[in-house]
Amino acid sequence: MTATRSTDEDLWAAVGEPSRKRLLDVLLARGEATPSALAEELPFTRQAVSKHLAVLDRAGLVESRRHGREVRYVVRPERLDAASQAMARAATQWDRRLRAIKEIAEAAYRDQRSDPEQKENQR
Amino acid sequence: MIQNHIERETLIEAPLEVVWGVVTEPSQINRWFTDAAQLDLRPGGRGELSWENHGAVELRVERVERPHLFSFRWLYPEGSEPRDGNSMLVEFTLRDEGGKTRLRVVESGLATVDWDDEEKAKFLDSHSRGWERHLGSLDEYMAAQRESAR
Repeated sequence: MTATRSTDEDLWAAVGEPSRKRLLDVLLARGEATPSALAEELPFTRQAVSKHLAVLDRAGLVESRRHGREVRYVVRPERLDAASQAMARAATQWDRRLRAIKEIAEAAYRDQRSDPEQKENQR
Repeated sequence: MIQNHIERETLIEAPLEVVWGVVTEPSQINRWFTDAAQLDLRPGGRGELSWENHGAVELRVERVERPHLFSFRWLYPEGSEPRDGNSMLVEFTLRDEGGKTRLRVVESGLATVDWDDEEKAKFLDSHSRGWERHLGSLDEYMAAQRESAR
């Protein structure tokens, strides 16, 4: 686990940025694309696309393949899966906590209504 | 600068004051968050959250606007003052919806944090128990890909 933690952090940072998430969506839909093709489909400059691709490449989320003079990018699905898990961990924690808060508050309110004095006694 | 935040909400069938108590009173916090909690509930107030298996984490209260807003910073390097950039901000907002309470929590700050790797590792570790997927369209893609791969 230790070896993967800082990697998780990179992954999270890489897909946590909305423009990059969007770029990944487009790349997933197309399967394979050159930076220029991506720039045409997205409201980013060619330069911004290259920057985002560099971050995603460093995080291992995409890889480039050379076809003659062209460089095409593809998504690495197994890494993307790890990224989505890393992103979801903290969210899941909060889901669980909010569920618990809801249960506790609703139970306390039910008790309070059925026996107005119990609220004070519970404290 | 990369922005990351987590946003979650729920509708609770209880009035604001009841939910406020569950969110902010240490004896209640123990029931949904920690094994033990101490909290000085005012801006700048200190607190400590602890778990039997994971030790204690310090927190610093940011804003207290009963019964609508409670926020604190946590996960900052030991011995330093919590601020933007070295900590996570957790913000609870409570809104009345016809006698019920809409509770929202936003946790933000990870990407702007300038911790060393050890601190980041600690954070990720503290968030790593149990997970599901919530990443929207990317997840749908992944699920679809797995389906079609069968």
